[in-house]
Amino acid sequence: MAEIVLKALAHTYSANPQSPEDYAIRQMEHVWHQGGAYALLGPSGCGKSTLLNIISGLLEPSEGDVLFDGQRVNELPPEERNIAQVFQFPVIYDTMTVFDNLAFPLRNINIPGHRITPKVEEVAEILELTPLLKRKAKGLTADEKQKVSMGRGLVRDDVSAILFDEPLTVIDPQLKWKLRRKLKEIHQRFNITMIYVTHDQLEASTFADKIAVMYEGQVVQFGTPQELFETPAHTFVGYFIGSPGMNFLDVHYHAGEVIFADIPLTMPQTFVDAIANSKRSNIKIGIRPEFVNVHASQREGALPARKRQVQDLGTYSIVTFELGGQTFKARLPEGHPEFGDDIYLTFDHDQLGLFVDEYRVEVTS
Amino acid sequence: MNNKVYNNRAWLLVLPMLVLVAFSAIIPLMTVVNYSVQDVLGPNASFFTGTEWFRTMLNDSALQAAFGRQILFSLIILAIQIPLGIGIALIMPKQGWQASAVLILITLPLLIPWNVVGSIWQIFTRGDIGLMGWGLRELGINYNITRNAGDAWATIILMDVWHWTPLVAMLCYSGLRSIPEAYYQAARIDRASKWAVFRYIQLPKLTNVLVIAVLLRFMHSFMIYAEPFVLTGGGPGSSTTFLTQSLATMAIGQQDLGPSAAFSIIYFLVILLVSWVFYTTIMHLQKDKNSQGGA
Repeated sequence: MAEIVLKALAHTYSANPQSPEDYAIRQMEHVWHQGGAYALLGPSGCGKSTLLNIISGLLEPSEGDVLFDGQRVNELPPEERNIAQVFQFPVIYDTMTVFDNLAFPLRNINIPGHRITPKVEEVAEILELTPLLKRKAKGLTADEKQKVSMGRGLVRDDVSAILFDEPLTVIDPQLKWKLRRKLKEIHQRFNITMIYVTHDQLEASTFADKIAVMYEGQVVQFGTPQELFETPAHTFVGYFIGSPGMNFLDVHYHAGEVIFADIPLTMPQTFVDAIANSKRSNIKIGIRPEFVNVHASQREGALPARKRQVQDLGTYSIVTFELGGQTFKARLPEGHPEFGDDIYLTFDHDQLGLFVDEYRVEVTS
Repeated sequence: MNNKVYNNRAWLLVLPMLVLVAFSAIIPLMTVVNYSVQDVLGPNASFFTGTEWFRTMLNDSALQAAFGRQILFSLIILAIQIPLGIGIALIMPKQGWQASAVLILITLPLLIPWNVVGSIWQIFTRGDIGLMGWGLRELGINYNITRNAGDAWATIILMDVWHWTPLVAMLCYSGLRSIPEAYYQAARIDRASKWAVFRYIQLPKLTNVLVIAVLLRFMHSFMIYAEPFVLTGGGPGSSTTFLTQSLATMAIGQQDLGPSAAFSIIYFLVILLVSWVFYTTIMHLQKDKNSQGGA
């Protein structure tokens, strides 16, 4: 059982790092609590896998510390860390049977045979591998193989955390969902810390209680799926989470008004004040497509815009429109009123977000 | 799977290849077959002999002895070169300039012409000017490849190991490089020992290249000619006379075209048979493994 703490952690593959861009992981602090189900979400190349390999010990961080229950483990190899890792492509021992595959980690630490068998059978039962135990692992399907490699992590009593590195990449879509549920079930049953790396927000939010969103080597937000959706801490989170992502309007303050591309916006006075008082030039207003209202005719405080495209996705429609020379999106529920090419927009004021230098600034509206 | 279109005209596409193979292999082989059933006395004087040459050759005690030596030789060098090649591949550097340097060094013996290899070792083992021959004598070891059959055998095997182990090592090296890093990482997390990593990851993944290595090394060692011929000339006595040398003596030295043609065919069939049996056995084993798992 372990609480995993990353303290002032940073990692670079460069021998002589000059700028923050040379770092695969920029300096960060993070705590993974015992027994949590976490996801590490981010685009390809943001440092997710690097971070995972540092936790498992396959990589030694260039700066900072990794603590397991307060104990510094930087130099400990993976075999001494009590963790298990499931890789993107299933790793199984081809020549062994499924049983031997599952028993392998136990035999390696010289556990007597009479204690191995019940343990392997128990894990096989949970993973629904029992009918396959006597089969050679080589001919299994990808999802069975992935279950076997997961099982090798579960048989060990001393495993305190299982790390998943995009484990469902090679699994058929209809089985993905099943396997994800299995993972959740295992998590609840074993009280093991699980960290799940993925670039798929749906996978992350169905698996994890809390998601860490990574961007350019940093965890930009750590929160529940709901928090990521409602109050993204960084413009990247707003853009990456949600479908489609958040709309951002570059604004500045001029003569008592908030201006976006020469268009004055109506917004709560607290926002106007915050923008007026900010000394920064990079100021954005964020609004989720869900909270953009489209009207067919002009009304008080509405912004005239031009419709570009409407995508009907069954239960909802996505409207792409042009405002101030840029395109934005609105997500409307099924059965929304008809409108022509000239549309009028209002934003739900309590759903506006203010972002200064890409980070969210809390404003009471 | 039953919607395949059968079109036998596709066989016509094989025709050019067939013509090429006919000229490069089948026609020359047929001339050998032609000789093997005749007694050629002169340009216009030959008699049909049937299977007589084949029977003579199979009952020839000198040839039987050479055949035994040949098999022994092939078995010994396979038993040494395959494990040694795997071992070398395992300890070779994996990346950087060291990897390139070692690869070049290890390939050097493969680039030396076979006659030259024989000459190098002939000089190397001479008691008066050869480093090895002289060194062993200085150490008080009575070593002489022209007098002692054991010394001659040991030297030929050593020479072949030096010449051809690099091939096995290189094949294995390429096989090892193709194992994804995740396997080693998973093995570390599973706390596998070095031996377990070799036994359950590296060796299974090497099976295919090892089949090729064994086949190549068997075929070549079974046909070895130039190196022992230059080094020992088949001696002392006939202790290191292998099949090719017996054949060359018979065909070129004595101009016994009929018997040597019959002998060539037997020789060819033996190599073909052994290679085929070995290959089908291995492939069969692998298929077994697959179908055991496959649904």
